[in-house]
Amino acid sequence: MSSKQIPTLSRRELLAMIGTVAGSAVSYRAMASMGLIEESTYNGPVKLEGSPKGASVLILGSGIAGMVSAMELRNAGYKVKVLEYNNRAGGRNWSIRGGDVYTELGGFTQKCEFDKGLYINPGPWRLPYNHHGILDYCRRLGVALEPFVQLNYNAYVHNTQAFDGKPQRYREIAADWSGQVAELFSKVTKQKKLDELMSAHDQEALLESLRSWGALDRNLKYVPGRESSNRRGYEKPPGGGLDAAPIYSKDFIDLPDILHSGLWSAIGTAEAFYHQTSIFQPVGGMGRIGEAFGRELADVIQYNSKVVKIHQDNDKVAVTYVDPKTGGNPRTVTADYCLCTIPLSVLSQIELNVSPQMQAAINAVPYSASVKVGLQFKRRFWEQDEHIYGGITYTDMPIGNIGYPNTDYFKSGKGVVLGAYVHGRNAFEWTAMSPAERVRTAVELGSKIHPQYKDEFENGVAVGWHRVPWTLGCAGSWSEEARAQHYENLCQIDNRFLVAGEHASYIPAWQEGAVTSAIDAITRLHHKVVNS
Amino acid sequence: MNKMKMQGVVAAVLLSTSAVAMAAEPDAAEGKKVYTTICQGCHMPDAKGAVGAGRYPALANNPKLAAKQYPMMMIVNGSRAMPSFARMLAPDEIAAAVNYVRTHFGNHYPDVLTTAEVKAVLPQKSDYERH
Repeated sequence: MSSKQIPTLSRRELLAMIGTVAGSAVSYRAMASMGLIEESTYNGPVKLEGSPKGASVLILGSGIAGMVSAMELRNAGYKVKVLEYNNRAGGRNWSIRGGDVYTELGGFTQKCEFDKGLYINPGPWRLPYNHHGILDYCRRLGVALEPFVQLNYNAYVHNTQAFDGKPQRYREIAADWSGQVAELFSKVTKQKKLDELMSAHDQEALLESLRSWGALDRNLKYVPGRESSNRRGYEKPPGGGLDAAPIYSKDFIDLPDILHSGLWSAIGTAEAFYHQTSIFQPVGGMGRIGEAFGRELADVIQYNSKVVKIHQDNDKVAVTYVDPKTGGNPRTVTADYCLCTIPLSVLSQIELNVSPQMQAAINAVPYSASVKVGLQFKRRFWEQDEHIYGGITYTDMPIGNIGYPNTDYFKSGKGVVLGAYVHGRNAFEWTAMSPAERVRTAVELGSKIHPQYKDEFENGVAVGWHRVPWTLGCAGSWSEEARAQHYENLCQIDNRFLVAGEHASYIPAWQEGAVTSAIDAITRLHHKVVNS
Repeated sequence: MNKMKMQGVVAAVLLSTSAVAMAAEPDAAEGKKVYTTICQGCHMPDAKGAVGAGRYPALANNPKLAAKQYPMMMIVNGSRAMPSFARMLAPDEIAAAVNYVRTHFGNHYPDVLTTAEVKAVLPQKSDYERH
């Protein structure tokens, strides 16, 4: 923007005026109303006012979207019933614990041999502070939460093609990267190369901020000393008593080496809105949320029910379901409305009469591939040997991550890590392996980061989402074209039928998408019922 | 970068040469590799598919494979539970996979799908959203 235009009051100037005159609370609301602050789309428990006039809603699927819908519609006076394929509530909100048996498509059966209290979350594993909806349901259902460590400065970043394949501490990469970039930028500024872009006054402030951000010394240099060691760590940290003076760290990693290693990508990952502190996890496993919902809705969920046909007419919706194991014993249940949370990968194969536009939308969303592997070790060597307490190591190997347990710190005995969280083409390849092969490969690759793997590994569990019998994939995978063409058609109420779930949201694969989609769907449905 | 491009050209030349030399059974090893490392994730090692809440169709003894364009378009475009592999697999991998399933698992269709035929139908699509 040119500064030589006719002066008008900018949005920023207007807000500054409002802030000065009326105080920050008014300013905040003004900013929100002008779209400068992204408010959550979740605004507290949904209020469905007005009588549903005895209407009934049949909900398909007891994942997060289905159970939010069931709970709220029941509270609003609807007659609700939930049909669920599995013999448990939660859907992808799921923890596998010691003793659990899981059979994937193809008949591959695993019995989890983890010790008591240890678990793996094959699906979602974190609850960002800004996902107000799912967090509010945890609060309302009494699900205890604890911190999830997304960014651990002492965990590793690893590229097989950089630093001779040796894992690097995130702390050192981050400090040396920002320190040297800040020094470079300071140098350019002092060489007057920014004079055309910034006033001298602004440049002074810029230099001060670079000094702080990059841990530069008073000469704006990133050099061995108090400032840099305070970021990247010491060669010998300060202690107490005699011979306790610190030795500053001096073996910095050269900027070009960092740049070409690609390891800086972990810095951006850690900064993402959904990865920012604070993040939570349910105590005892993500599955605790689904279990709590399941208890709340015990009298309305019917398990072991595989939906095979959904037919609506002007008076009602009739849903036919069978026994998932035998495919037999067909039964039909009717209701005034049907809210369907079945994943589109499955729903697209179920006989259904809706508009061609909605059917096209249901057929248009492929599901992403993802594989997670949980590994049990004899001892918590990542804590005992390497001082890594929770958090995530990132690698370019197909395992993608090593996720350390964010609970039970310093405990003696066994521990379970997320040994692989595989995406993209690698995830399809890992899905094509047998579960035992996935575990074996995760151990083999992980041992390049933690050599202790080979001695300490005991057993593992692996879930490839395209082989999960009730989802046929991980999560709805939208492209820009599919969004433009199909998203609104997917979210319509088609006579007496509508869908909800993470697939009907702009945050697919996150539970918040399921919650906000469900609340939007039942709010619109309720409006229709009350006004019909 | 230039070096990588050069290697790519050399590899492409070598590939096309070997394809001519092995015209009797084109890219069977490649087809098997794609099938066992990708396709069997859903269609299963025996190509008999699987049934859960939804299903993955069997490729074994499947008359729909009679026209080579059908499996090609399924792989390129996807449909329902089947994702598009247009951006994940190279055209020669797609051709090899199609030729492999059409000549294995009880299927006996001798006509061959070429890499050029696959390239001709590859759409220019944007990436899926990340999550």
